[in-house]
Amino acid sequence: MERDHIDLAATALRVREHIVRMSGGGGCFIGASLSCADLLVHLYCRVLRQASVDDPGRDYLLLSKGHDVPALYGTFAELGIIPKERLQNHLSVDDNLYWHPNRAIPGVEFHSGSLGHLLSVGIGVAMDFKLRGSEQRVFVLLGDGELNEGSIWEALLVAQAHKLDNLIAIVDRNQFQANIATEDLIPLEPLGAKLRAFGCDVIEADGHNFSALDEAFATLKKHSARPAVVVAHTVRGKGLPSIERRADRWFVRFSANEVEQLLNELHGLHNAALTAEPLMVR
Amino acid sequence: MMSNLTTQSYEDVLGQIAEADERVVVMTAENRAAIRNLPQRLGGRFIDVGICEQTMLGAAAGLALRGRVPVVHALAAFLTMRAFEFIRTDVGIAHLPVKMVGGVPGVLSEANGPTHQAIEDVSLMRGIPGVQVVCPADAQELAAALPSIMASPNPCYIRHNNLPARVPHQPYELGHAERLTEGSDAAILTYGALVGEAFEAAALLRVRGINVRVVNLRSLVPLDTAEVDAAARDCAMLITVEDHFLTGGLFTILAEHFIKRGQCPRLTPIAFVERWFRPALLRDVLEFERMDATGLANRVASALSAVAPGRLVNPGVINAHA
Repeated sequence: MERDHIDLAATALRVREHIVRMSGGGGCFIGASLSCADLLVHLYCRVLRQASVDDPGRDYLLLSKGHDVPALYGTFAELGIIPKERLQNHLSVDDNLYWHPNRAIPGVEFHSGSLGHLLSVGIGVAMDFKLRGSEQRVFVLLGDGELNEGSIWEALLVAQAHKLDNLIAIVDRNQFQANIATEDLIPLEPLGAKLRAFGCDVIEADGHNFSALDEAFATLKKHSARPAVVVAHTVRGKGLPSIERRADRWFVRFSANEVEQLLNELHGLHNAALTAEPLMVR
Repeated sequence: MMSNLTTQSYEDVLGQIAEADERVVVMTAENRAAIRNLPQRLGGRFIDVGICEQTMLGAAAGLALRGRVPVVHALAAFLTMRAFEFIRTDVGIAHLPVKMVGGVPGVLSEANGPTHQAIEDVSLMRGIPGVQVVCPADAQELAAALPSIMASPNPCYIRHNNLPARVPHQPYELGHAERLTEGSDAAILTYGALVGEAFEAAALLRVRGINVRVVNLRSLVPLDTAEVDAAARDCAMLITVEDHFLTGGLFTILAEHFIKRGQCPRLTPIAFVERWFRPALLRDVLEFERMDATGLANRVASALSAVAPGRLVNPGVINAHA
């Protein structure tokens, strides 16, 4: 699949439209999906080596913060991996587009939802690539709140011990746990220093700036004998000023009217007047 | 059927299977006791992740996702409990062929104490859809079971057991029980480390005129329901014997089975009831918990005398340990 020519900004805007539409009806985790939309579009168009989603020689992307799956579904729809019309089945009992990813959707390598799992799964995939002498790589998208899970740090110990330089974690550093800012609950900083102390090559970048991301991924070293972590600084709710950085916009169900307002807001028209009650699901 | 019983060790059989099949990867959370010589035999396909049970199970799922057949080793308590959610969520939901070998399960944890007592492992593992639960009686049965475990596409939990064999085993077939003695006064249905004790208990009871059928179930998932039903049909009482909590193990499995079938035979459990067992060396644990041959014989005799007091030649105490 040739993706080099794809206009990243225009694609990411359409992915955000898909996310906003999925926040209507039964709702979705909109803030965390919007924060990683640019990252996912960039990864699929500029970083992952994939002739197709079932190319046996492909790089893997594992979505460990599974609640941001609307961004993945939206990206898949834009890249033709699933038909765009299929997104209308979001949360339908007759399809598999539910709140967390699963392998019934083409392009999803592994299911997730429980935080702190897929870095370990990624280690297994990376070990298999090493055993085969393959140059394939595994990218694992983590949330910053997800870094509370001890299994992440356990996995980092194992990844550095086994010199898995084909394993690249990307932290969507949107500064929020579910309902609270990370630094107000379980502070992560100095995050880069912590990750370096765990034996990782750490690259920090603006997760909404495609040329900064180009540069960050270009600095990944082959055969470094160290796993890499890209800390992507992002904004929760990015693209919608009315919900950006709002702790109470974790999981939402917007009315049809609010969805229309948010779509206008995405395009730089006036901000939406939102009345949807924030739902505390955690 | 040709006997597949072997004098080879678990480690030898696993090494041969792995050498013949590139898909097999042997993993451990720094528990090498059962696989000490495999690093040099398997090279990169021997993976030690250190004391990281969760990461081991997640990584095993990732390897299996790529077509490998990982055989993971950790102490049974930490494998099934520390890493439980990784087994259930990564291995179980994806139904990946990860083979999970739990070291020192049940009474085999001896003097380690309750932290190391895996006596809810059967309950936990059988609660995950599609996971087989295999509980060999001894080292010989473990080695005999391994080829069919490895050939199965299912995830599997194996209670590792390196006790020497004390019973004359029949050829191994996954999901098939073996009947070690005949009798109709009672049937002892058991698995794992207590099979040898139950077999010897039957000999003690025979001297007293009580004829007990001893069935080694070998695996609890799949369960040999035909052999269970035959025991219910032929024997006056069924007695489950297990080094497991009463809750969730063989007694529960059989209770569910008979209730579903709509016919409940007389069913008496011997298990750990709402408590951990007394930590000590194996022989002392078995004697203290009345799970050695003598203790089991006495408990079976008193269970029988409670229901049919006039029928038995000598339902009384067999020796002073009772």
